[in-house]
Amino acid sequence: MSHEAVLHGHDSHGHDEHGHHEHHDTFLTKYVFSQDHKMIAKQFLITGMVWAVLGGLMSVLFRLQLGYPDASFPWLESLLGKWAKGGQITPEAYYALVTTHGTVLVFFVLTAGLSGTFANFLIPLQVGARDMASPFMNMLSYWFFFTASVIMLSSLFVETGPFSGGWTAYPPLSALHDASPGSKTGMDLWIISMALFVVSSLLGGLNYIATILNMRTKGMSMTRLPLTIWALFFTAVLGVLSFPVLLSGMILLIFDRNFGTSFYLSDIYVNGVGALSNEGGSAILFQHLFWFLGHPEVYIILLPAMGMVSEIMSVNSRKPIFGYMAMLGSLFAIAILAFLVWAHHMFVTGLNPFLGSVFVLLTLLIAVPSAIKVFNWLTTLWRGNIRFTPGMLFAIGFVSLFISGGLTGIWLGNAALDIYLHDSYFVVAHFHIVMGVASMFGMFAGVYHWFPKMYGRYLNNSLGYIHFWVTIAGAYLIFWPMHYQGLAGMPRRYFDFSIWESFKQFAELNRFISTVAMIVFATQILFLINFFYSIFKGRKVTVLNPWEANTLEWTTPINPGHGNWPGEIPEVHRWPYDYGKDGHDFIPQTTPVGADETGTH
Amino acid sequence: MASELIKKNKIHPQKMYLYAGLGSIVMMFAGLTSAYIVKKSQANWLDFELPKLFFIATVVILLSSFTMQMAVKKAKEGLLNPYRGFLSVTAILGVVFMILQVQGFMELQANNIALTGPRSNSAASFLFVITILHLLHVLGGVIALIGVSFKSFSAKNNTENTLPVELLSTYWHFVDILWIYLFVFLHWIG
Repeated sequence: MSHEAVLHGHDSHGHDEHGHHEHHDTFLTKYVFSQDHKMIAKQFLITGMVWAVLGGLMSVLFRLQLGYPDASFPWLESLLGKWAKGGQITPEAYYALVTTHGTVLVFFVLTAGLSGTFANFLIPLQVGARDMASPFMNMLSYWFFFTASVIMLSSLFVETGPFSGGWTAYPPLSALHDASPGSKTGMDLWIISMALFVVSSLLGGLNYIATILNMRTKGMSMTRLPLTIWALFFTAVLGVLSFPVLLSGMILLIFDRNFGTSFYLSDIYVNGVGALSNEGGSAILFQHLFWFLGHPEVYIILLPAMGMVSEIMSVNSRKPIFGYMAMLGSLFAIAILAFLVWAHHMFVTGLNPFLGSVFVLLTLLIAVPSAIKVFNWLTTLWRGNIRFTPGMLFAIGFVSLFISGGLTGIWLGNAALDIYLHDSYFVVAHFHIVMGVASMFGMFAGVYHWFPKMYGRYLNNSLGYIHFWVTIAGAYLIFWPMHYQGLAGMPRRYFDFSIWESFKQFAELNRFISTVAMIVFATQILFLINFFYSIFKGRKVTVLNPWEANTLEWTTPINPGHGNWPGEIPEVHRWPYDYGKDGHDFIPQTTPVGADETGTH
Repeated sequence: MASELIKKNKIHPQKMYLYAGLGSIVMMFAGLTSAYIVKKSQANWLDFELPKLFFIATVVILLSSFTMQMAVKKAKEGLLNPYRGFLSVTAILGVVFMILQVQGFMELQANNIALTGPRSNSAASFLFVITILHLLHVLGGVIALIGVSFKSFSAKNNTENTLPVELLSTYWHFVDILWIYLFVFLHWIG
């Protein structure tokens, strides 16, 4: 394809959405079946945001139950119908909500919404490419995700309800139609949706890898790549190597569900059904296959956030990122270790203690690259000329949450402690802080920072500050107390704690957590308003490089067309972190190295 | 888009895409064969012989790799008719492989080894799932082969751009090697 055909030299006089193009993109090819990586990124972002709202709303609903187990809310019945008879959420609905919340947030928001958005948007722009290696596959990747989304959404409306056996879909709840209402049609839809989602992730991930390795512009050696790109590269590698294993596990699950095989099912006794005719299946086998994806998945979620945070921190500290090669090496170490620690999710399955101790060691090793990264972020901030933009605040918030959540990881990585803390609120607190909220902060940081490049307008800063401070305070207020609840033995996945004498002391605290959760959720609506209002009415970007950053995306026109650069793709002469060098505030990557310039990093 | 890159890079981006994709397919079967090993070490495992037709199928797919390679060679030399011939033969061998495998399943069932259903042992089910998934990958290759073959007959000068047939041959050899691995695994290890 020739790029001249796909270029539209946009400039800043606005109304670009309805502007005049040399060739005619129909509404369908520009906004729907677009092959432009930037439009596909926006599609991923907005679909991810829809899911984030739905998933967040679900958490508000089940927090309502946990905080007010005895209260009755008539409006709930009109919202959920038979799932909230008498204004109280039923146990089945509670489990369905928790399951869907987990699935949606882990896969649809923090995988597709996060790396789908930023890998698509940033990779071609920051490596200096017109588009992805295969724009067509890229488009397919989104539409597989969209189809997966529609199917998952439809599972909310089937008569027996959505799948309710937890986002991990362990058999037998996932393998037996009769195990629970949610194990019927809800599970069929769940598994189809997830299979399509895996295909989407693979099509996307392969594209990211091929683009980063093969389509860099002249001068863009691998060690001149911004850390965002390195992080997205390792993310893609993790996804491409671990999602197929999940798919294998799910295919075996489909055979057990529908064709009577005995991979996971054995002759267990099921209430109302009797003993199964299956023989010799092992439910633990599924856990191994699941967590072989499941653990790398944690890093699939976390690494893009780490990459973006590194970039945003350096730009807004007006300082080079501290320890570029160490950052890169620690990303690599995390990517390798990600594949070697999956059984730390399975310490209580009767795992051989010797094997367990190997997994303990490997798990604790992750603390090393993680600590390197944290120290490098802090030293990047050290004596920087920091600009506290909302994007920067969210980046700093990410580091704060990553430290807080990472420290409890050292607890849980020890089998001896994990056997006590497993399936308690301590675990809920740990993974929500370190993976959920931290990555969400990375995503917010990315949106605030690259919004001007995406839409040619700025987000409202004041709303951004309110959004940040309420969310960070809320995140700690919600999840910090859960550590204490977990230490006191409060288990996860319980529908109602008020009937347990030992947990009655937490009734107050649960109500507090639920109240904060609702406030934080309401604050996210503020962000949504800011986002959609600013797309159309936000302050216009008038300069090419509003953050005075070095990376290539800021050399494109304010509203780049398909093909990104109207003329030649710029050549790169240096690494992306020349801030505060030789008396210059910043030196873009496209500036040739001067004769009298001091040595590079 | 691509022309700009070929100058600098030896590997075409789409080849890189394919290589990474092959990596992910390897992981899929690595997952399945690992699960197989775990399951085999547990109780209730049925030992049985692989169907004889699988041996013939192995020879057929090996042969098809040879014809595939010849097709690429002829395409690069610009010899249209031998190119068309080798490509078509490869497609036919692919179909023969699939038929032999399906008949192999029937042979097993005739010997009273259930692949699925309540009487099945997971040894046979594993064999079935692994081979069926491989078969689907072969089917994908055969569809692509038929597509490229049709193109070779319809257009006039179509040996100029050899990228599609090169990608196809890489994939086809991969599926072949994957089968050799699975066959060796199922026969000697499994």
